[in-house]
This record gives sequence, C-alpha cells and structure tokens, in this order.
Amino acid sequence: MSKTSRTSVTVPPRAQRGSIIEIRAIAQHDMESGFRYTDGGKIIPRDIIRVFTCTYNNVEIFKADFYSGIGANPLVIFTTIATETGTLEFRWIGDHSYEAVNQANITVV
Amino acid sequence: MMKLQFLLAYCLIFSTSLVLSATDAHQKKLQSSYDLMSNENKAMQDDPSLNPAMFWLGDGETLWNQPSAKNNQSCSSCHGDAKKSMRGTATVFPKMIKGKLQTLESQINQCRVNLQGNPALAYESKELLSLTAWVAYQSKGIPIAVKKTLENKVALQKGRQSFYERIGQLNLSCAQCHEDRAGLKLGGSTIPQGHPNAYPIYRLEWQTLGSLQRRLRNCMSGVRAQQYEYGSPEMAQLELFLAWRARGLPLESPGVRP
Repeated sequence: MSKTSRTSVTVPPRAQRGSIIEIRAIAQHDMESGFRYTDGGKIIPRDIIRVFTCTYNNVEIFKADFYSGIGANPLVIFTTIATETGTLEFRWIGDHSYEAVNQANITVV
Repeated sequence: MMKLQFLLAYCLIFSTSLVLSATDAHQKKLQSSYDLMSNENKAMQDDPSLNPAMFWLGDGETLWNQPSAKNNQSCSSCHGDAKKSMRGTATVFPKMIKGKLQTLESQINQCRVNLQGNPALAYESKELLSLTAWVAYQSKGIPIAVKKTLENKVALQKGRQSFYERIGQLNLSCAQCHEDRAGLKLGGSTIPQGHPNAYPIYRLEWQTLGSLQRRLRNCMSGVRAQQYEYGSPEMAQLELFLAWRARGLPLESPGVRP
C-alpha cells in the first residue's frame, strides 16, 4: 500500500513580474495499471490518478490527464509566468475517490 | 596420490587468494554506484523536491512518534528525537546485540515487539521501510563504520563465504561480478562494486522504496539460485560482510537507483 494524500510541491516563494517560474509537483501514489495479475491469477484492479490540475489565483494554468502507462509517484514539472502575488493550488483526482490537494504561495514583485 | 596432493595444493592457493582479494579490493578506491548514474538520476537523489523517498521519510517520522496501542510507548519515548539520537546509528549496522546479529530492520522489529508490544512489521512493508529510511537518513553523509570485532567475527566470516561462494544454475558468486568485473558492462549497464551505502533505495525499476535484502534477493534470482529468506541469519551475515567491505564509504540513504 503506497497511496496516501502525501504530495509535495516546489514553487519559488518570490519572483519578478513577467518572469518564467518552474513548478514541481509530486504525489505519492502506486499508479496500479490494471494490467497486472496476482500470484493466484486474479487481475489487480486499476487504481491510478486520472487528472492533475493547477490553478493560479483560481485560474487554471495547467492540466494533465494521467493514464495507466504513467509510473508510480508521478512527478510533473512545468513552467508558468509570474503574473501576480497569490496562491497556486494543486489537485490530484483519481480512481476510488482519491483526491489530494496542496497549495503554495508566491509573492510577485 | 600425487594428483590429489596437487589438487589440494591448488585448492589452498585458490582459497588464500580468495581471502586476500577482499582486502585487495579495499585498497582500490571504493565507489558508490551513485557515480555510475545519469545526471538526472543524481539530481533526483540529491534534490529533496525530486526524491520520491521523501514521502517514506515523512511516514517514518510519524511512525517514530506514534505511541503503541498496547503500552503507549513510541520509538521516541526511549530514543527521543531521532535527528539527534539516531545520528550515525545506521553506520554501525548490522551489529551484534545480545549475542544476535541484528540488521537495522530486525532491530526495529525487536524494539517494536519487546518494548512496544506491537506485532513485528513484515519485511518490505511500507511501515518497516519508512522507519528504516527515517533512521538511516539520520546518518546521511557519515561513513560506514562497521568493524571486525571478536563478537561478529564468525558472522563476518560466514558473510564473506556467501559473497565468494558460487551459487545458482549460472554458478556465479557475488565477487565474480562485483569485485572481479566491477566497472565492466552487464548488458547496457555498468556493474557496480555492490556497496550497501544508500539503502533503503527508491529504485525506479521497482517504482517504490526497497531494502538491501530485496536487492540481494534480486541478484540471487538473477543467477537462478535459491534466495535467502527475508530476515534470515544468512541475509544478516551477508549484509554485515558487505557493510564491512564498504567501510569508509558515506551513507546516502535514501538513495535513488535506476
């Protein structure tokens, strides 16, 4: 069992207005593909994260659909432009009503 | 008769050369398999925001402070703050404790059963890996300090024997790859010297954290040998020899490996 709501996000705490910032988001999740069998020959049901979204002051700036081919504990790295001071919210939604949320604040000068 | 004597003499020479080779290898520079990794994988190990093992450390810290349902004792009730009390601890394991050779995992279970009244944790369970990682993490950067002592002499000798013994259908010993052919290629990858200095590791192939014993069982099935059981004395002895062989190499726990 390695599915928790544990996540970790890395966002620069301060940035220049208009500059490009790198954001990293990782979630602890088994990403069970649904294609594997137990020793007894029973199929292990699929249990994956389906959607990852990031909003910046409630505006969606990044979204990714995840599929069975994505490995465990998926790490997403993307960039955005620092437009205003505020909050980035990260949300992972998956099978069996899995949901994890994390937040980070950024000050834009 | 002549033939037999010759054979005996040959065996003797051969066995002494085997005994010597462990010390020879030690005079060569010890190399962590970290050095063989790609820059991306190195970055993944070094940067806490990329290293997936950090999740297990978080769980380990929680478990460390979690009181047992039986007698309200937690790891921290005796040991206090792991950051102080467990500093350097992992560098001296496996260790003889009350006449028994204990690995880090078996010692954690020993505490859990005898002092906390908890059931033992299964090998490779998330809880045991988390606790082991949390303890080992406190020794990150400190060199392995396992010494040959009067107490561990026999166990160390047995571990050494396991290391040099040919096993399995492929009839290979650990030493044939990790000593004689370290630095050469097996398939596409470089054969490492086989030092236990980053365990538990997050292995990308496993997609999870795993112990040294899991890794050793990997090699054993690779040469098609009967695997040692998790937590068996043979495992602990082999771990002890490996740690002694890697003495001086800094711990990297929790490491990332491809």
